[in-house]
Amino acid sequence: MTLLIGALTIGLILSLLALGVFISFRVFEFPDITADGSITLGAAVAAVLLVHHVHPVVATLAAACAGGIAGTLTGVIHTRFGINKLLSGILVMTALYSTNLHVMGKSNVPLLDVRSLATLAEGAFTSATGAATLYIFDWNVAVRDAATLIAAFGATALVGIALYLFFRTNLGTAMQASGDNPQMIRALGVSVENMIVLGLALSNALIALSGALLAQYQGFADVQMGIGMVVWGLASIIIGEALVGVRQLGFIIAGAVMGSVLFRLLVAIALRAGLDPNDLKLVTAVFVFCALILPGFLKRLTGPRPATR
Amino acid sequence: MLTVNAIRKTFNPGTPNEVRALQGVTLTIPTASFVVVIGTNGSGKSTLLNALAGTFLVDNGSIVVDGTDVTRWPEHRRASLIGRVFQNPFSGTAPNMTIAENLVLAARRGQSRGLGWALKRTARQEMRDRISRLRLGLEDRLDNAIGSLSGGQRQALTLLMASWLRPTLLLLDEHTAALDPRSADHVIRLSEEIISRDKLTALMVTHSMQQASNLGDRLIMMHRGAILHDFTGAEKRRLRPADLLARFESVRRAELLDEPAAEMLRRTYA
Repeated sequence: MTLLIGALTIGLILSLLALGVFISFRVFEFPDITADGSITLGAAVAAVLLVHHVHPVVATLAAACAGGIAGTLTGVIHTRFGINKLLSGILVMTALYSTNLHVMGKSNVPLLDVRSLATLAEGAFTSATGAATLYIFDWNVAVRDAATLIAAFGATALVGIALYLFFRTNLGTAMQASGDNPQMIRALGVSVENMIVLGLALSNALIALSGALLAQYQGFADVQMGIGMVVWGLASIIIGEALVGVRQLGFIIAGAVMGSVLFRLLVAIALRAGLDPNDLKLVTAVFVFCALILPGFLKRLTGPRPATR
Repeated sequence: MLTVNAIRKTFNPGTPNEVRALQGVTLTIPTASFVVVIGTNGSGKSTLLNALAGTFLVDNGSIVVDGTDVTRWPEHRRASLIGRVFQNPFSGTAPNMTIAENLVLAARRGQSRGLGWALKRTARQEMRDRISRLRLGLEDRLDNAIGSLSGGQRQALTLLMASWLRPTLLLLDEHTAALDPRSADHVIRLSEEIISRDKLTALMVTHSMQQASNLGDRLIMMHRGAILHDFTGAEKRRLRPADLLARFESVRRAELLDEPAAEMLRRTYA
């Protein structure tokens, strides 16, 4: 049960990463590797502020802002200096590795006995229910686990709805259109360059937020924790798109969250079944590869369809 | 009112691929004038439109729209004055967004875009009214994705979007060249309606001699990055497709001479 709840909580927390990757990969078709660095940056900033007794909410928001700055950098490097998308992300990601070490002062910051969002959630839960342990279907569940799961769910729902609403505003539709047809939106008076910078800032703010929550959940920030995160986010989106199968914004956002949770569950099951944790990233990469080529492969199997136009 | 003063543009200067696309184009177009631009391939007609729209900045000269010097303005800033329809029907609309969303984007052309709600319920009736004037039956499909529309429907929609807010200058760049004849006819008729109803100042590039002789109140023929002929008033009205073809033929014949020979002939007979 603890395993299941843990997988659900991490899945929900990392769904913010998936939403960030959704903005860069799907809205802008921008393969933004900054994510690997900004998720660690979010964790590092939050952890260091928490250790210095800053209020958890402030620390978490500061982490998101730091991620936003990282994304802005990538966007500016790409749009103002004309550097290739992938390379812009790689440059910032590499620079962030050193930055993260500087922020943390060492390679790992433990968050033991520090007030964090997790302890706040636990406190709120205990004072609300008055219980120290609770039973779900006869399983004994630690209050802390239940409280963090509920908090993670709340945070994810809040961010997901906010993101959905954002894409219904004038600014949000212009951002979507910048990815969909840059030539058209430029002719309608929108600077595609500014939109890319703003989009990457938003994307990496969400990813850093995910990192900040992850650090508070698992109780430490580590300089290595971001490696391969972009691929995990992409895997979640692909699973989510397969789950909902609709190209509507609301469904895609809900799908990314569901995909992230399902992905973590699959990982938990695979680890439980004896998968070597060292192989996890290899398996994930192979999975994403297969998921990317599968649609084209299936189309070829079902035979060439006549052109629609 | 559009004033273009001696604009020049050279692509890839100093390389073997150097193209002198615009070589000193000067042009004044009064308000509410509908100008048709024709010319051979590579004559610079599309380049002229792109220069006006700001796709690139010109090397020399100036572009003034209604008293505002826009020569150094980037493309997205000029959009507040200029509406455009492209040759490629896929260029003017966002395929993964709905018709209503595309119209909403066009309704804020050149304006700031904040966190206000994009699709207001009250705006839908105006959308239905204006889109029904396209006579394509799209008014009941506001929530369909653009990707499900045909090229002709998309081009009609792009035209509506370009003119949703009255543009100071409307640029039509061979906007019917990629359409089947029926759709092309329809889009041309819509263009004429919108331009005359809203009294727009418009520039239209075309390859069709039929369109060139039927439409507009002025005709410009370009060649080698410069304006070769400029017909207005009664002269423009008298022009028939055959006359235009004859002009092209004489251009082609002059082309057969090499540059120095042509220059010598010009000096002798001018």
